[in-house]
Amino acid sequence: MFELFGISSQALFGQLLIGLINGSFYALLSLGLAVIFGMLNIINFAHGAQYMLGAFAAYFLLQYAGLGYWWAIVLAPIVVGITGIMIERLFLQWLYKLDHLYGLLLTFGLALIFEGTFRNFFGSSGLPYSVPPALQGGQNLGFMFLPNYRGWVVVFSLAVCLTTWFVIERTKLGSYLRAATENPALVRAFGINVPRMITLTYGFGVALAALAGVMAAPIYNVSPQMGANLIIVVFAVVVIGGMGSIMGAIVTGFGLGLIEGLTKVFFPEASNTVIFIIMAIVLLIRPAGLFGRSA
Amino acid sequence: MQRVAKVGGDQALRRHSEAIAFLVMASLLVLAPMFAYPVFLMKALCFALFACAFNLLIGYVGLLSFGHALFFGWASYISAHAAKVWGLPPELAILSGAAAAAGLGAIVGALAIRRQGIYFAMITLALAQMMYFFAVQAPFTHGEDGIQAVPRGKLFGLIDLADQTNMYVTVLVIFLGCFLLIYRIINSPFGEVLKAIRENEPRAISLGYRSERYKLVAFVLSATFAGVAGATKALVFQLASLTDVDWPMSGEVILMTLVGGLGTLFGPVAGAFFVVTLENYLTTIGQWVFVVQGVIFVVCVLLFRRGIIGELAQVLRVKL
Repeated sequence: MFELFGISSQALFGQLLIGLINGSFYALLSLGLAVIFGMLNIINFAHGAQYMLGAFAAYFLLQYAGLGYWWAIVLAPIVVGITGIMIERLFLQWLYKLDHLYGLLLTFGLALIFEGTFRNFFGSSGLPYSVPPALQGGQNLGFMFLPNYRGWVVVFSLAVCLTTWFVIERTKLGSYLRAATENPALVRAFGINVPRMITLTYGFGVALAALAGVMAAPIYNVSPQMGANLIIVVFAVVVIGGMGSIMGAIVTGFGLGLIEGLTKVFFPEASNTVIFIIMAIVLLIRPAGLFGRSA
Repeated sequence: MQRVAKVGGDQALRRHSEAIAFLVMASLLVLAPMFAYPVFLMKALCFALFACAFNLLIGYVGLLSFGHALFFGWASYISAHAAKVWGLPPELAILSGAAAAAGLGAIVGALAIRRQGIYFAMITLALAQMMYFFAVQAPFTHGEDGIQAVPRGKLFGLIDLADQTNMYVTVLVIFLGCFLLIYRIINSPFGEVLKAIRENEPRAISLGYRSERYKLVAFVLSATFAGVAGATKALVFQLASLTDVDWPMSGEVILMTLVGGLGTLFGPVAGAFFVVTLENYLTTIGQWVFVVQGVIFVVCVLLFRRGIIGELAQVLRVKL
């Protein structure tokens, strides 16, 4: 045990851990937004709602099918991803030729529909979802106590982020994706089914959001508005990082989570707003974002 | 000969379509209190002005602000605080609300115009959320309770606004005055440059217009009018609360403008009356209001992008 500026190491590392966990969710969500924006040129405002849907999918699987956390972490992203594919086919595909803002408005409408519906049935209070038995308990690391589940969330989301980065930046499939982002017409001319790739990309981005939702369920409660405020913070993260780079989204997400955690220790009043303040500063110094290419 | 005269008359009507529509709107609003509750009408008028202010940005500069609740809500806090705690008369209370909105608009605008397109929307939303958290924490806003029992006071020390008719006339005069001012701005040389930036920004820059300055001024103007609307609403309802600064309010003003018709002069007014009326009937169904709003968003974006007034103008082949 030691103290730093009058704050015990327990409190400091505890908040840093919470920051790291928030950072995991920021990273997963901003990664999904960046992937979707790259292919569809649409900012997916429904991303927060789809994160909420992931958590509710896990809850339903447990309540009505008796399937626990490990099933949920596989099934919930698939189910929510399929709803994403349906949304792309039904609605989004008609908007690609229009101004970007229509995609934002449409997905905003979808977010209102999802959140309104769930709030109507489940109210505003959260529903509990327990930590899976295998991950209960924790480790005493000497300078702090680490609950197993929280450690798992950080490690697993980091693994998912890095895998996504690897697939997009280092594999053949990823090179198709990047090429289609640059010049869809040319990639189509080479015989690659770009519209299907766009559909699957949206499904994948949505599945990432749902995965984050499943992981969040045991930490925060499952509640209809769990995504609404989070998505605004994630937007700020995306503005700070710039959407041009996958790795940039990951680094910015985790980094800002840590900064937020530190703020909670040293200046709790500003913990809600620190990310927005950083966004304002970044806009002043590097308008294109930390990892963005200037327009 | 008769036919020629008729066509000529038709053209004259077309040329003055906006003036005629304005007279129709103004006379409807003067007569409206005979048929509807004044408080309902005043609410609709405040939102109509708010939507017109928002439309000034999206319709004529092509900038989608997702944080206009910031200006609306903070102006209503400032005006309520000025009227209740500082004891200012209503005209000064509204002016201080508008001035606060203009100041906030200058800061937010200066930051947001550093990025384009979709980022602009995200930045305005994020900054509005930040100011929402300030509103939650600041002591003078009284958190969840809001500023209650705001006195309406006496306009210019003479006209008692506690009287519903006096209040209605005041709101109507403010609304029509701001509406004409916005019309004047849109049709001024300044407004023409704004439209040029909306159509093709690089070209406008290459012609020597410093587009950033134009965008900033447009943003501040839009924020100020939104502030007038919010400040007036605080006096009408004698209440300033967190609802007006929260993000669903930013969504609502977008919805009003979209339903009425982006970039049309009368669209935001029609849209505001539509949405406020709808919500009036839907108050009993609780959270479904959000679902209904969401459905309207989806339908408008997919099938009805011109909006009510846009479609009407298309059918009548006039400018509205």
